[in-house]
Amino acid sequence: MDQLFDVSLFASALRMLTPILLAALGGAICARVGLFNVGLEGLMLIGAFSAIVGNYLTGSIALSLLFAIGCTLAFSLLFAFMSIQLQANVIVVGIALNFLALGLTTFSLRAIFDVKGAYYDKNMVGLPKLNIPVIEDIPWLGGVLSGHSVLVYASILIVAALHYYLFRTVSGFRLLAAGENPTAARSLGIKVTRIQYGAVLLCGVLCGLAGAQLSLGNVTMFTEGMTAGRGFIALVATMLGQSNPLGVAGASLLFGFMESLSIRLQGFAMPTHFTLMVPYVVTILAMLFFKDKGYMQEARKSSGSSR
Amino acid sequence: MLLQMEGITKSYGNVTANRNVSFNLRKGEIHALVGENGAGKTTLMRILYGMESQTSGEIKLGGKPVSFGSPTDAIRHGIGMVHQHFMLFPSFTVAENIVIGREPSRAIGFDRKAAAEETTRLAKRFGMPVDPWKRVGECSLGVQQRVEILKVLYQGAEIIILDEPTGVLTPIEVKELLAAIKELARQGKSFILISHKLGEIMEVADRITVLRDGEVTGTVNASDTGEEQLSRMMVGRELVQLGRSAAALGEKVLEAKGLTVRGSKTKPLLDGVSLNVKAGEIVGIAGISGNGQSELLQVLAGLLQPDEGTVELSGQDVTGASVQRIRGAGLAHIPEDRYLWGVSKEADVTENGIMGHTGRLSKNGILRRGKARSMVAEWVERFGVKTGSLDTKAQHLSGGNLQKLIVARELAQQSPFLIAAEPTRGVDVGAMEIIHAELLSKRDRQGAILLVSSELTEVLKLSDRILVMFEGRIAGELTAEEATEEKISLLMAGGKAVG
Repeated sequence: MDQLFDVSLFASALRMLTPILLAALGGAICARVGLFNVGLEGLMLIGAFSAIVGNYLTGSIALSLLFAIGCTLAFSLLFAFMSIQLQANVIVVGIALNFLALGLTTFSLRAIFDVKGAYYDKNMVGLPKLNIPVIEDIPWLGGVLSGHSVLVYASILIVAALHYYLFRTVSGFRLLAAGENPTAARSLGIKVTRIQYGAVLLCGVLCGLAGAQLSLGNVTMFTEGMTAGRGFIALVATMLGQSNPLGVAGASLLFGFMESLSIRLQGFAMPTHFTLMVPYVVTILAMLFFKDKGYMQEARKSSGSSR
Repeated sequence: MLLQMEGITKSYGNVTANRNVSFNLRKGEIHALVGENGAGKTTLMRILYGMESQTSGEIKLGGKPVSFGSPTDAIRHGIGMVHQHFMLFPSFTVAENIVIGREPSRAIGFDRKAAAEETTRLAKRFGMPVDPWKRVGECSLGVQQRVEILKVLYQGAEIIILDEPTGVLTPIEVKELLAAIKELARQGKSFILISHKLGEIMEVADRITVLRDGEVTGTVNASDTGEEQLSRMMVGRELVQLGRSAAALGEKVLEAKGLTVRGSKTKPLLDGVSLNVKAGEIVGIAGISGNGQSELLQVLAGLLQPDEGTVELSGQDVTGASVQRIRGAGLAHIPEDRYLWGVSKEADVTENGIMGHTGRLSKNGILRRGKARSMVAEWVERFGVKTGSLDTKAQHLSGGNLQKLIVARELAQQSPFLIAAEPTRGVDVGAMEIIHAELLSKRDRQGAILLVSSELTEVLKLSDRILVMFEGRIAGELTAEEATEEKISLLMAGGKAVG
């Protein structure tokens, strides 16, 4: 077992955590304004693909990140327009977005790069790795915490920032209000629609980053459907963390760890198909144990029995 | 004159909700606005609050013509509204609910401490104590009402519109609220009070304006009028005084013995309650809400399992049976919370009407919609349910009109036993008269009725026997002849029966 739980397992858990965490934070912010975004998976996939396209076209990491964010923003805007303006069912729009993303990225892969399945080019640059000065020299801890891509550290900062925003600022307070009771918020002159758009677009940015971490973080390549359900796991992390940034971070950590564990178990003569199940089995178990006693339900209950 | 609304007309297509309505308000005055459900009170107030715009007519504030495009506009001009359905955020604290929209802040940060201090200061100044850090969802309805009023005061309201403010409050909370309104009026705030409860209106109002079918039938000084005159002005005819014939008692229809529900608290919610209802009588249950009435009703209706005790209905043991079986044994139920138990908001009037009647209305498993519609249409006509059409969704009906629909539906069951919980909550005097008459006529046809109401006058008017509940027990039983409001109030507060 010593070989199983070694430094690189925990280090890889951190790397696996990041895309799930970023997308789950996006999901949380959407859930907070009452729009349950099922399209995380698709947005992440678009982010992953467009990051590679940006990289191929410009060769600059900063520009490829911006390109990824730009593309996910465009699709988030579509989601927002359909669900907020046209009042379409958010779940349906989210699912449609997922299919659209899968088809579009697969098609574009062939159209742009003229390859099937996966695209790889050794000239592409990956996300820069950061070595943290003091920590990298601490024996065990250094190996786990240091040497990750910038987005890994950024995601942790985003958790803190989002937590501060939601629970300490006026603007965050109004966002929570818009989600909890839109009618009341509107009657107080709070611009609910604008807040909802803002939340969905922020979710787009986060999913763009999540996708970029996936395609440029560990490996520098894109494969068809490379998100492989991480968007849905992120969705579960959103629910499990009750749309609270810290809770979401905790849940994402659990899933990230399970994912790296499942990869590691493959090296222990376990059948691949079995080990690949691990994160999903844990997801189901987690759903069983943590009932969603979310604030939204509370709100719904009390508004349902007003008089 | 602080506020003048002159010749206000509001039409929706060919329906006129307000026709040439004039209304004015003096500073420091409590002006009540009364009328039946759908008489146009709410529309008039929505116009004043900027939620709708009038088709014609003029609003003047302090003599200057104004027009509000949105509630935010109205708030800016010092008009605040406390809605019938509270506009609160249950998971937020009291202070957060009060300051929202105008939060005290430091840079981008929300200064919650300042919000709490401001709340406490405001609460002290207006004599309405609240705990600023408590979550609103955990506050009683009386406190929630107080939070709503503090919120509009915080927003700087000089004119406060209260829409049915006492509908869900306990008698003590009502007293406190009315006292608070009087005190605020003394401090110079002006109130527009919409209410069905004429007793309360006579107690606090300075002037009363009556609306009927969208038109003003008159504005009178409270000192020059009485409840009867107001009722006449609202309904447009004399109200019949209901005479109750002597009860012709039959067999016991419902017999409950030793019903106990423990719940999670140390004290049981329902503690060994036994009661029976015979054919041909109305048994009224009085009590301050939260003393076990809800649990008792839920046990009898099959919505809650008792920990101990038995229920027999029409001779069958139905203890812990399913709702379907109990209804089959002869129960109809007008539930106390109409939105939770009574209707599906998403469904339309017809669909809500036929719930529980589908067996009779279907043939070989296929619903006969035509028959269903004509049945519901007949109730809508008889009970005066104001609805756009039979296809209007329940959520678009006002609370009082929904209540009429539910009462009609449950009475149509023609079951031997009827639970009537708060049967007239939120309905106007005209409809109240119809509902009371229907309940009495069911009794005269040998129906057994268990009536639960927070309105003492209703319990006294209809019941042949009155049981008073206190802390999950039956604190006392009075016959219709010996019952007085004083005796019941004493029992409700946990005192011993006297005389």
